[in-house]
Amino acid sequence: MNVLWLQSGGCGGCSMSLLCADTADFPAMLKSGGIDLLWHPSLSLASGRELVALLEDCRDGRTRLDVLCIEGSLLRGPNGTGRFHVLAGTGVPMIDWVSALAAVATHVVAVGSCAAWGGITATGPNITDACGLQYDGDRPGGLLGADFVARGGLPVINVAGCPTHPGWVVDTLMALAAKLFVADDLDPLNRPRFYADQLVHHGCTRNEYYEFKASAEKPSDLGCMMENMGCKGTQAHADCNTRLWNGEGSCTRGGYACISCTEPGFQDPGHAFHQTPKLAGIPIGLPTDMPKAWFVALASLSKSATPKRVKSNATADHVVVAPAVRKTRLK
Amino acid sequence: MSQRLIVGPFNRVEGDLEVQLDIADGRVTQARVNATMYRGFEQMLAGRAPLDALVIVPRICGICSVSQSVAAARAIADASGVTVPPNGVHTINLMLACENLADHLSHFYLFFMPDFARPVYAQRPWFAEATRRFAALAGEHARAAVAARQRWFEIMGTLGGKWPHTLSIQPGGSARAVEAAERIRLLAKVREFRAFLETTTFGAPLEEIAALDSEAALQRWHAADPLRGDLRLFLTLAADLKLETLGRGPGRTLSFGAYRQPDGSHALADGVWNESLGRVQPVDTGAIREDATHAWLAGDEALHPSEGLTAPMLDKPGGYTWNKAPRLSGEVVETGAIARQLASGQPLIRDAVARCGANVYTRVLARLVELARVLPMTEQWLTALAPREPFFHADRLPADADGVGLTEAARGALGHWVSVRHGRIERYQIVAPTSWNFSPRDASGTPGALEAALEGAPVQPGEDTPVAVQHIVRSFDPCMVCTVH
Ligand code: SF4
Ligand code: SF4
Repeated sequence: MNVLWLQSGGCGGCSMSLLCADTADFPAMLKSGGIDLLWHPSLSLASGRELVALLEDCRDGRTRLDVLCIEGSLLRGPNGTGRFHVLAGTGVPMIDWVSALAAVATHVVAVGSCAAWGGITATGPNITDACGLQYDGDRPGGLLGADFVARGGLPVINVAGCPTHPGWVVDTLMALAAKLFVADDLDPLNRPRFYADQLVHHGCTRNEYYEFKASAEKPSDLGCMMENMGCKGTQAHADCNTRLWNGEGSCTRGGYACISCTEPGFQDPGHAFHQTPKLAGIPIGLPTDMPKAWFVALASLSKSATPKRVKSNATADHVVVAPAVRKTRLK
Repeated sequence: MSQRLIVGPFNRVEGDLEVQLDIADGRVTQARVNATMYRGFEQMLAGRAPLDALVIVPRICGICSVSQSVAAARAIADASGVTVPPNGVHTINLMLACENLADHLSHFYLFFMPDFARPVYAQRPWFAEATRRFAALAGEHARAAVAARQRWFEIMGTLGGKWPHTLSIQPGGSARAVEAAERIRLLAKVREFRAFLETTTFGAPLEEIAALDSEAALQRWHAADPLRGDLRLFLTLAADLKLETLGRGPGRTLSFGAYRQPDGSHALADGVWNESLGRVQPVDTGAIREDATHAWLAGDEALHPSEGLTAPMLDKPGGYTWNKAPRLSGEVVETGAIARQLASGQPLIRDAVARCGANVYTRVLARLVELARVLPMTEQWLTALAPREPFFHADRLPADADGVGLTEAARGALGHWVSVRHGRIERYQIVAPTSWNFSPRDASGTPGALEAALEGAPVQPGEDTPVAVQHIVRSFDPCMVCTVH
C-alpha cells in the first residue's frame, strides 16, 4: 500500500510522535504491515526536484496513491490564496497540492488535530484562515468540503490528537493495508473508534481521588484535576490512560490536565487552560453521559466520605499517608 | 555561464524550505533563503491568559517542543519572580537534555548521513559501508538509532507524560515529582542509551570522546580503528569529501548557555565566540534586533524583541521570506551545538574551529561531542534528585509584568519575550535558533548565516538539487517551523 505523507500548517510533532512508535525496528514494522512509504518528510531520501516529480506522478496517475496522509492545518489565507504556505520549489500553494492529491487518493488520512479540524494553528484570530481537511473546527467543510468521499469510499479519516499517538496512526494504516477498515469503524466525527470510543478518564491513576472529589489545587499535587485544574479527561475521547505514551506516560500521569486535544476546537476552550470554569462552584464541563443533578449529589456525598489518606495525598506531590496495613487477612 | 536555481522542498529538515541560488562557473554566487510557511504564533498569544502560553508555544515545533516550553516557563517565571526548587531544575534539565540529545541523534542518523548513500558517491571507497549503515529507511544503524531514540524518549513519558507537547514544565518547576524507585528506572534508561552510543555511534566510552582535546588527538583516535563506530566513518568520509571546505559560518557564534543549574550557572556556559579574536565575549541580549526589511512582514525599523512586531504584509517590496533577520550588535551570528561547545571551552571543537572555522564538518562533530558530554550529566542530575523534597513552587503573576526566557534548544539559542498587561499577554516575541541561522538579508544587505555559507558551494553540471547545497543546509539542522512560528 503506497503511502504519501505531506506536512503543512503544523509543527511536525505528529511525525516526531510517529517515530516513537513502540517497535524494535520502525521500517520493518511498516514493511511487514504492508505499508510502503512513497515519501515522508523526515525519513525519505528524495529532495527538491525528485520529490516534485513524485508528486506530479501521483497527481497524474503514473504512481498509485493508496493513502494520502496530511499533517498540519490547511492554510487558506490570505483571502483564499493559500499563500501562507507555498510548497517550496513549486510556486504552488500547499492547499492546491493537497486538493489535487486528495482527488486521486484511495484514502485520505488527517494525521493530528491540525489536519482534522484546524487545531492550534486556527486558534484566536486565525489570521491564516487555517482549517482541517474536512472540518473547520466542529463544522463539516474544511478544505475538501463536507461531501468529500475519497475513491475508496470513506470520508477523511481523522486521526485527531495534538500530537496524535503513534499507535493511533500505525493501527489505522495497518488496518487500511489489510483492508480491515470500514465506515462503521469511524465515530460521528470520523475518528477511528478503536481509540475514540474511550475516555481519557478510563484508567487514569487519579481515579480514586476522582471518586472522592479529592482535588489537586496546584501543579504537582496528586489529586483529581477535574475540579480545579481544567482536566477534561471525563469528556475527552481517547485511550491515553490505557494505551500509554512514551512507555508509561499520559498527560494526567505527567502531572497536568487533559486539555482534550483530540476534540475539535480544543485550542479555544473559552477559559484559561489550567483552570476549571465553574458556575456556582460546580464545574461547567461535566462527565460525558452524566446528568448534573446526579453529579452534584454524588460529589457532595463522596466529599463527605473522603478517607483522610485520600484527602491528604490529594494536595501533596508524593504519598504522605500510605494505605493502612491490616493485621488480619484481607477478606 | 550563469543561471538561477530554485531549490526545494528540502526534506530531512523540520518544516518547508526553499533556497534560491545564483550560479556562475559551477559555484553558487548568491543565495536567498525562503522560509515558506507562516502560522502567526505571536499573534495567537496576544490577549490570552499568560499560562496559556504553556499550551500554545510547544506547538510551534514538534521537534523542539520542550525547548519552547522551557523558554515560555522561564519568561513567565522571570515576570513573576518565582524560583524553581533544585528538583524542578534537574527534572526540567533532564527533559531538555532528553529532547536535545534525541534531536542530535535524529539529525545524524536520519537527516544528515543518508545523503552519503546517494548514487553520486557510488565510486567512493566508503560508499558501501555508508549505505549499509545510513541509507534512508534501510540503513542498519539508522534503524537501530530510531529504536534507541524510542526507548530514550520513555524518559519523557515518565517525566513529561508524553512527548512532544508536555505541560509538566511550569514556571515554578515540574508538575511531576519523581519517586525514588522511578529514579532507579530512569537511570537504567540512561544507561541503555549510553550503551547504544558507546557501541554504535562512538565505538568507545563517552568519556573518551569528551576528553579528546585536539584534532591531533582525534586523528590518532580515528586512525587506531578507522571503521569502528559511526563517528569514525563520518571522519573518514568528511576527510575524503573535504567537508571542512563547505558552508563556512560567519565567524561569530552565540549560546545563551545550556542546562541552568540550581546555583544559576550553566552546565554549558553562555557566550559569543569570536573567531577572529579567538575568545569568548559575554552575551548582551540588549543588543539583539530583528530586522524585517526582506521579510513579508510590516515594519522597517529593526526592533528589540521586547518591542517587536509581527504582522504579515505579503506584497512587501523586497520581501522574500517569512523570517525576520535577527542581528546581535548589528552582526550576523551562528548558533547551535558548535556555539555551545565553543562558549563552554571544549578543546577539540575550539582547536578544529581555530583551524578551519565553523563548517559542515565541525558542525556535525560538535553535535556528536555534545552527545558524549551531556549524557553523563543526565546521570549526575538524576543522582542529585532529592525525592520527597519539592519539585514545584507556586507563584502569582502580577497583572502587569515583563519577562525574558532564554534557553538552548538542540539547534541553538532560543529566546521568548513576554509582556503581561491587565492579566493578559499584550506582546509575545520569539527568536528561534534557525531564525538566526537562516535569516534573510538585513537592511544593509548583509546576507544571513546560511546565505553566506552557501556562497562558493560547488554545483556539478546537470544538478538541479546540488548535493553540496544539501550538505550545507542540513549541517545547520534547520527547524523551519520554529524559524517563522
Ligand atoms: S484527573 Fe482527569 S482523567 Fe484523571 S480522574 Fe480526574 S478527571 Fe479523570
Ligand atoms: S490526555 Fe487529553 S490532552 Fe493528553 S493527549 Fe490524551 S486527549 Fe490529548
